Amino acid sequence: MIFSRSGKRRHATHRPRGQRMEEAAAATVEQESALIRFDNVSKRYPGGHEGVSNISLEIAAGEMVFLTGHSGAGKSTLLRLIALLERSTRGQLHVNGRNLTRLQRRDIPYHRREVGVIFQDHCLLHDRTVFDNVALPLVVSGLSHGEVGRRVRAALDNVGLLQREKSLPITLSGGEQQRVGIARAIVSKPPLVLADEPTGNLDPELSREIMALFERFNQVGVTLLIATHDLDLVRKLGKRTLVLAQGRLVDEGLAHG
Amino acid sequence: MARMASQPSPARLGRSRRFNPRGWMTRHLQVALASLGRLARSPLASMMTLGVIGIALALPSALHLLLLNVEKMSGDWDSVASISLYLQKSIETGQAEKLAKRLEEEFGIAETQLIGRDQALAEFRAMSGFSEALGSLSDNPLPAVIIVRPAPGDESPAALERLSGRLGALPEVEIAQLDLQWVQRFHAITQIAGRTVWVLATLLGMAVVLTVFNTIRLEIQARQQEIEISKLIGATDAFIRRPFLYSGFWYGVLGGLLCWLLVSLSLWLLHAPVARLAGLYESGFALSGMSLYALLWLLCASTLLGLTGSWIAVGRHLRRIDPS
Repeated sequence: MIFSRSGKRRHATHRPRGQRMEEAAAATVEQESALIRFDNVSKRYPGGHEGVSNISLEIAAGEMVFLTGHSGAGKSTLLRLIALLERSTRGQLHVNGRNLTRLQRRDIPYHRREVGVIFQDHCLLHDRTVFDNVALPLVVSGLSHGEVGRRVRAALDNVGLLQREKSLPITLSGGEQQRVGIARAIVSKPPLVLADEPTGNLDPELSREIMALFERFNQVGVTLLIATHDLDLVRKLGKRTLVLAQGRLVDEGLAHG
Repeated sequence: MARMASQPSPARLGRSRRFNPRGWMTRHLQVALASLGRLARSPLASMMTLGVIGIALALPSALHLLLLNVEKMSGDWDSVASISLYLQKSIETGQAEKLAKRLEEEFGIAETQLIGRDQALAEFRAMSGFSEALGSLSDNPLPAVIIVRPAPGDESPAALERLSGRLGALPEVEIAQLDLQWVQRFHAITQIAGRTVWVLATLLGMAVVLTVFNTIRLEIQARQQEIEISKLIGATDAFIRRPFLYSGFWYGVLGGLLCWLLVSLSLWLLHAPVARLAGLYESGFALSGMSLYALLWLLCASTLLGLTGSWIAVGRHLRRIDPS
């Protein structure tokens, strides 16, 4: 695994705008190593409140990174900026070799398809079966029926819910519902998965299971960015951890157990 | 997930993926059927919406049909467009016959009918009830009359007036009488009726758009969560719009069919009384129903109205959960 902590490097590799397309096509080494790059990114809401202020960071492809901080520190905002659920108001944000600050409205859905998002409250459709919930990203992308079935079962098998495919989410436990949400996030094999407090409502035992699942995804090359305030769990895993406070990046390093 | 996640190629967005017409058709068919299924799952609500659409469309359709029938009926009254030439009393029957022949040749007249002086007197005697008073007259007071039917295509009020003027100028003719006022009034009335049908159709068409708009708006509200989640995981606007547009489409098509059913039923109910009335007038007139062409027209219009309503509803709600 590559640990990219090269915040200082970005000034040296600053590029003029005109070259953006060529560089994107050429896929430079620098871009391959940094899947996510924030350059002085701020998000200011109408009314003046800043969700995140002046954030600069890089996350390399294949990393598994934790994002911690108190409630309201800007963890969710940061994730939402990456998935383009919100747009930054200042700075440059590159994800997957794409400049999100310049992405047009009609291109947003195609970006979201390449980022799997796991929400704390699962965001499942309660009138659809587990299978249909997990299939949604593939249906949205217009995959054929057979391909959808194959991939959904593979994803459900991954999270250990294959035998519950016909159940309605409401009949599942909290941990199982979260795993359905995870299956939905990975079913389209996105290179990047974001998780916002994925263990927020789960007991320690279930939390450990979920984290083990994430580690397995990471081992097959998925880049993960996980927001959590479960510091014990983060320390045990010993991964790179970003600490946010009042919208600013205050600490960055390996968390030690 | 057992496989390594594919490395992203930065310049490529899913949008540039090759267009596959077969997959596109399949998806549309699926969505269309799913939307139809959704209507079927709440039959009472759907029937109420369809009822409103059907009745709103049936009113102008039925009036239009009625108007067509009235025009058809008036087409049977060709005699309306005829000119009566009252000849000078000095003209005898033989001369009148020659004149009638001449008229047919020279003025391009379809048909002439001569009523000689004696015949006119006999008819008048039989019909007026003045037979005794007429008997006391030493002389026949009635002139010979030639009834002229203009050639088809010359039946417009202006052409009739011109022809009447020319015939009236002939030396043998004392008066040329054209009963044009009645024709003109009838024309004016049918024109007003036609215009009324269009105004009504426009207003009720707007009512259909509003009905569909409101129905789709409620459906969007009920499926708000589904729309939001679909957007979060990368559904395009077109993808989200599609099921609602198909709902509007079905409302239009089914509402149009219901309208046709209602109109046909009304005609069927009117059929017997109309036949009785026509019998009293010794006419073979029968109400004609909606032609296939008119039905197609109706379906196209109702589909368009349904689509318009749903399009407006979806357009207003789509942008709500976009990042700004």
